[in-house]
Amino acid sequence: MIDPIHQFTIDKLFTIGHVGNQEIAFTNSSAYMFVTVAVISLLMIGGVAGRRLVPTRIQSVAELSYEFVATMVRSTAGKEGMKFFPFVFTLFMFLVISNLIGNVPYTFTVSSHIVVTAALALLVFAIVLIYGFYKNGLKFLKLFVPKGVPIAILPLVMAIEIISFLSRPVSHSVRLFANMLGGHITLKVFASFITMLGAWGAVGWLGAMLPLSMVIALSALEILVGFLQAYVFAILTCIYINDAIHPGH
Amino acid sequence: MADGTDKNSSGTGDRGNSLPDEAALSVRLGNLDQRLSEIRGHRRIETDQPGTEGGDASARASALARGFRLSSELIAGVVVGAVIGWVFDRLLSTSPWGLIVFFLLGFAAGVINVMRSAGVMPEQTHR
Repeated sequence: MIDPIHQFTIDKLFTIGHVGNQEIAFTNSSAYMFVTVAVISLLMIGGVAGRRLVPTRIQSVAELSYEFVATMVRSTAGKEGMKFFPFVFTLFMFLVISNLIGNVPYTFTVSSHIVVTAALALLVFAIVLIYGFYKNGLKFLKLFVPKGVPIAILPLVMAIEIISFLSRPVSHSVRLFANMLGGHITLKVFASFITMLGAWGAVGWLGAMLPLSMVIALSALEILVGFLQAYVFAILTCIYINDAIHPGH
Repeated sequence: MADGTDKNSSGTGDRGNSLPDEAALSVRLGNLDQRLSEIRGHRRIETDQPGTEGGDASARASALARGFRLSSELIAGVVVGAVIGWVFDRLLSTSPWGLIVFFLLGFAAGVINVMRSAGVMPEQTHR
C-alpha cells in the first residue's frame, strides 16, 4: 500500500543521448542537482551582490557559510589547505543544500543514492592521490610506513595501512548515503502509520497522534542529520587533503 | 571585575594630571563593562534553563552520528579487505587463502580506522 522506498525511485525525464548502448538520461536526480546548484548560486551570488557593510539576512548567511568552511579548512588542513577551499566549499554547500531540499515533502534526496556519494568520495580520493604524488613525489608513500615500527612486522603493518587507506572512500560514501537513506525511510514508515491508524476512526485518530509527534521530531532530527553529515563529509575531506599535503607526520 | 578596577587605577595614575576627562571616561567604561558582563551572565543562566532539552537532543544526535561513523569505519575496513582478497584469489587462483588472509588484514585495518577516528590512537604512532 504505502511503499517507504518509493521516494528513492529514479524517473527518466528525457534522454540526452547515448554512449555506446547506454542511454544517458536526464533524471529527477539530475533535476534536483540542478535545483540545488541554482539555490546555492542564488544564495551566494544574490546574497553578496549588495556588498553591504551591514549585511542583509541572505548576505550574512552567505558570509557565515564562507567563514564556517574557511575555519574548518584552516584548522584541519592548515594554511596550505586553503588551496582546496573552493573544492571543500562546493562539496559542503552542495550536500547541505541538497539534504535540506530533500527534507521538503515530495522532493527527492540526491545523497540518498550511493552512486552520488560514492562519486563524490572517489573524487576526493583521486584528488588526494594525485595531489599527494604531485606534491610529495614518492615521499607520499611514507603515509603507509608508520614511524618506530620494527622491521620484522613492517610488511604486515604496511598491508594493514594500505587497506585502511583504501577503505576511506567506502566509509566516506557509505556514511552519508546510509544516514540519508535510513532517516528518510524511518520518516516515511512513521508517516504511513498515521494514515493506517487514521483509517480506524476516532480511536485511530487519537492513536495517530503518537506517530505524528514522532514524525515532527524526526523531521527536526533529519534537518540536523543532513547538516551534520554534510559537515562530517567536508571535514573528512579536509583531513584526507591534509594527509596529501603533509604525509610525513 | 578585579581586572577592570586595576586598569582604571593604572589609567588614572598615568594620565590623571593631564587628562582628567579621560580618566573619568575610563572609569565609566569600566563600570559599563562590569554591568554588561553581569547582564550577560544573567542572560546565559536564563537561556540555559529552557535550552537544556535542545542541547540534550543535539548531543544525542551527535553521539548517534559518532557511533554510526565508528561502525561504518569498521565495516569499510572489513569489506575492502574481503574484496581485495576475493580479487587476489580470482587473479592468482589461490582460493581460499587470499580471502582468509586479506579478510583478517581488513579486520585489523577496520579496527585501526575505528581507533583513529575515535582518537584513541596518539598521532605520533600512526604516521
